[in-house]
Amino acid sequence: MQGHTPFDLTARTLSGCGLSAMMSRRGHSVNGEAIIRSIGLLRERGNGLGGGFAVYGCYPHYAEEFAFHLMYYTPRAQEETERYLDEHFELVHEEHIPTRPVEGVDPSTAPALRRYFLHPKPLKLAESMLPTAEDYVLRAVMEINVRLDGAYVFSSGKNMGAFKAVGSADQVGRFYRLEEYQGYIWIAHDRFPTNTPGWWGGAHPFTLLDFAVVHNGEISSYGINKRYLEQFGYQCTLRTDTEVMAYLLDLLLRRHQLPVDVACTVMAAPFWRDIDALAERDPEKAELYRALRMVYAGALVNGPFAIVFGHRRGMVGLNDRIKLRPLVAAEKDDWVLLSSEESGILEMCPDPDRIWAPRGGEPTIVELDADVFPAVPSAVTRADFGPLAPQETTR
Amino acid sequence: MSTSYIPPEFRWTNDTETCCRCKRCIKQCGWGALRWEHRVVADQQACVGCHRCEVFCPESCITVLPNPTFYRPNANWTLRHRKNVYRQAESGGVLLTGMGADQDFPVLFDSLFLDACQVTNPSIDPLREPMELRTYLGRKPEQVEVAVAADGRVSLKTPLAPNYQLAFPIIFSPMSYGSISLTAQKSLAMAAEALGILWNTGEGGLHEQVKPYAHCAVVQCASGRFGVNVEYLHAGAAVEIKIGQGAKPGIGGHLPGEKVTADVSTTRMIPLGSDAISPAPQHDIYSIEDLRQLIFALKEAVDYQKPVGVKIAAVHNVAAIASGIVRAGADYVYLDGVRGGTGAAPSVIRDNLGIPIELAIAAVDQRLREEGIRNQASLIAAGSIRSSADMAKAIALGADAVAIGTAALLSLGCTLCQKCYTGRCSWGITTQDPELTRRIDPVWGAERVANLVHAWAAELEEMLGAMGVNAVESLRGSRERLRAVGLDDRTLAILGVKPAGVGA
Amino acid sequence: MTTTEQVEADQQAGVVIDAAGLHYRDLNRRVRELVAAGETALTLRNVRGQRYIGDGLTGKDVRITIHGVPGGDLAAFMDGPTLEVFGNGQDAACNTMNDGRVIIHGHAGDALGYGMRGGSLFVRGDAGYRVGIHMKAYKTQIPAVVIGGCVGDFFGEYMAGGMLVVLGLDRKPGQRLVGGYLASGIHGGEIFLRATPDALPRAPYLSSEPVSADGLKALTPRLRAFADAFRLDADELLAGPFTRLTPISHRPFAAKYAPA
Repeated sequence: MQGHTPFDLTARTLSGCGLSAMMSRRGHSVNGEAIIRSIGLLRERGNGLGGGFAVYGCYPHYAEEFAFHLMYYTPRAQEETERYLDEHFELVHEEHIPTRPVEGVDPSTAPALRRYFLHPKPLKLAESMLPTAEDYVLRAVMEINVRLDGAYVFSSGKNMGAFKAVGSADQVGRFYRLEEYQGYIWIAHDRFPTNTPGWWGGAHPFTLLDFAVVHNGEISSYGINKRYLEQFGYQCTLRTDTEVMAYLLDLLLRRHQLPVDVACTVMAAPFWRDIDALAERDPEKAELYRALRMVYAGALVNGPFAIVFGHRRGMVGLNDRIKLRPLVAAEKDDWVLLSSEESGILEMCPDPDRIWAPRGGEPTIVELDADVFPAVPSAVTRADFGPLAPQETTR
Repeated sequence: MSTSYIPPEFRWTNDTETCCRCKRCIKQCGWGALRWEHRVVADQQACVGCHRCEVFCPESCITVLPNPTFYRPNANWTLRHRKNVYRQAESGGVLLTGMGADQDFPVLFDSLFLDACQVTNPSIDPLREPMELRTYLGRKPEQVEVAVAADGRVSLKTPLAPNYQLAFPIIFSPMSYGSISLTAQKSLAMAAEALGILWNTGEGGLHEQVKPYAHCAVVQCASGRFGVNVEYLHAGAAVEIKIGQGAKPGIGGHLPGEKVTADVSTTRMIPLGSDAISPAPQHDIYSIEDLRQLIFALKEAVDYQKPVGVKIAAVHNVAAIASGIVRAGADYVYLDGVRGGTGAAPSVIRDNLGIPIELAIAAVDQRLREEGIRNQASLIAAGSIRSSADMAKAIALGADAVAIGTAALLSLGCTLCQKCYTGRCSWGITTQDPELTRRIDPVWGAERVANLVHAWAAELEEMLGAMGVNAVESLRGSRERLRAVGLDDRTLAILGVKPAGVGA
Repeated sequence: MTTTEQVEADQQAGVVIDAAGLHYRDLNRRVRELVAAGETALTLRNVRGQRYIGDGLTGKDVRITIHGVPGGDLAAFMDGPTLEVFGNGQDAACNTMNDGRVIIHGHAGDALGYGMRGGSLFVRGDAGYRVGIHMKAYKTQIPAVVIGGCVGDFFGEYMAGGMLVVLGLDRKPGQRLVGGYLASGIHGGEIFLRATPDALPRAPYLSSEPVSADGLKALTPRLRAFADAFRLDADELLAGPFTRLTPISHRPFAAKYAPA
């Protein structure tokens, strides 16, 4: 299928990992220095075979264009992809993605890296009969990734970008010169693949439109999550758990228009026992949870996971429902910080106001303040299933 | 019998040294194979090898063995073929049999192996951690819409179609009062109630004694329409249209007049001693649009308050048929594979028509997914689910739940002697003779059946835990958790399963 | 029509529903709601193809008048009410009906009275294929289907009980009273055909004889009701001649099977 990609993409990559993230509720931007240092501290959690970042707010000059980041493994892949992009999009700007040589990122394994700032061609969009430009972009990403050998779109959102490579995450950050970018959300990931092919595209984050996901753990329900998503036209081409996460989020949040907290309830569903108990106190709400589990059974993410996903309006940290993977959260002024380890947080912010460990299945939802970005209220919390008692330490 | 060229199938022997001459064996034999002539004497031809006498002999002095008669071996003209020819030469009849196919059919379940977690993802200990087997049968919307109030409170906007909540992904398969005894049926009904699962009336109406358990019964509407009226439809938890049965696809069923006792006649609402004929097909269904008409006739009759499902035999074109059934409005599709059981079927039909359930469930689940309508109906897999492993594999291939018939009857004492159609079952299961039916005390029977289901559920939890998931929906349709040994590529493709040795 | 007659007619009509353009689900829901609220007289106007009218409806005193052509499964699973159709009927009327009366003033389609267990179906005109299949009787519940005109093939197939009657009124030249494969698989019930035995097909599983005094006694109340429903002369109908068909055996397939 992927004749020119020098790796077997039919083998699913299993991995353990570390992750860190930070976001300003006020939309204040910082450069990548802090996040690179934080993920660098967690290097023991990875094995030097994959690292990556997502940053939101990094392309203010092209904020309304879809920013495509592409990896090309052959010149022909680039030719074909650019022909495809020409046919389907209006190109506003294109350039090489700037890099610098660093130790740990092997240039011999590197694909050509380019980025394009695009609009769908209005006539093509109309002809496609797709409801939105986002659906059109989604289809284009799928087509390039599935059909065009040796080409891979690894970022396609607006005013955000993903940067990833084989190497340790901090080395990857330096390779992409991320201390030169500014963003209000930074998400980083260091990877421990267990059967790595050394494929750059296999590193995290995985992105789709504005969604970027980093993930620690292996999804034990991958088989059914993948088949569930296929019903909605998602093709899991990369055979990684994390790709599944990205598509689930796209389905639940963008296509089914579920509020973020409700989508989290789908992926890390409360137990029936707790829903039954809730039914006595709040039957209406229990009915909602029951319906979500019945309808979205195929979207329940089972097995160990800690994820951080970003979207234009904010970021969310989420654990599996029995907390098999670690996640620590902290607050400092308008900043919220997440990391696999407390040390990772302290590297970004040595004196947080509050630091706590979210409960299993309880999302940590961070959104831009309403005056910065209009937000919908959120209401579903783990408080529905007992007293909210995070292990909290005040510093 | 003196004209029969067929030697007895079994050899009944009794150790006269230890025999206490209690004659219990004679009483226990429903087939009249034993009589008293100063000692117990057997009519070897009449013995069906059901082992009732053997189990109930207080001195354990009875042995029932296959008759060691030796015929010249012939791999082509097996003894089975020769015997059938003799029987048909004697009777001129279509040969009847009972229970599921006994031939050496390939069982694909036995070529499939489940996954387990090691290091990269953890197994979950079902002894300590929650394990969820709850399953809902019925139609689900494609997505949920929620309303967010000004105060942030989220509520459900999408109305849900009626679904039945099962505590375990197991239900009992349809077995009518008539084909089985009331005591056997009541055992299943009581077990279903205690377990929080469903039993199924089959096409035999609802007897007064099992009406208290109608709230957890699937009430069947088959071609004979026996016992079907508004009260019956309203009484059940779900309504099922029976199109076919795995053991006898495409043909109907006859309950012979001699099994239509006064009580059976009341329940079926037909005259005493008259044949109860369930013809094939249903005469108001000659095409898929007619099925839609009947589905909605039933939904109208129950005012859309209960799921309406359709049971079919797994046949060659099962995927397209199931898709049509879902589009016709069925809330669940019950697939019955070629190895499924029956109370009576022509053996030529049972042993030659239909396809195995493994392939059917895989093909149907995949087809419904490709068409984007998998959410619209639940899938029930049946047709010889012999163990919790078969159940787990059927669920991994795509079933929401499995239905068990033979396994449930085995738990009541059945030994698979295959003589259900005679109405003489010594175990009191497939008979209407009050002397025999009272051998099953429903309280005792329900406990044994419930034990079986609890045991399978516990085993399923163990398997889920080993696979690192704590809800059965994470196994449902997850063919990634199956690997196959010794299957050809085409079969693997249909099953959607990789060969063992291939990793993730 | 005088004012008094109009008032009387309106009173008889009861609640009037204009069914034009209504989906069957909405129409039947309204019917169910009205009946649940205690209405006993309903008139449905402009009915065109709406299925399941009277489906699963109960109540002996409920009377629904239907103007137009109701769709399939009219009175399916019905238990008690009376439906009168001023128009033609479609397929599968009185499917598995338990009790009640259905009167159709025109002709009707295939598979009428399938698995019917009680009550009566009167069709003034002709009926289609597979009428009266697998009807059954139990104790006092004896279903009856009376067809004023002629019927198609497979009439009374698998009949297990009840009464089937074909009158052959307004028969056109060359039109057969009943079609082929008459009552195959019959194992209960009785069929009355308004013809002499020699004018009818014979079958080895059927006993066919001129109607006896007893037979006529069973037939008479049904025919009087039929005549009453359509304002026909009952005595003229009863003058016959009638042939009564009954099954030779109530176990027609007993000899077909042998133990394996």
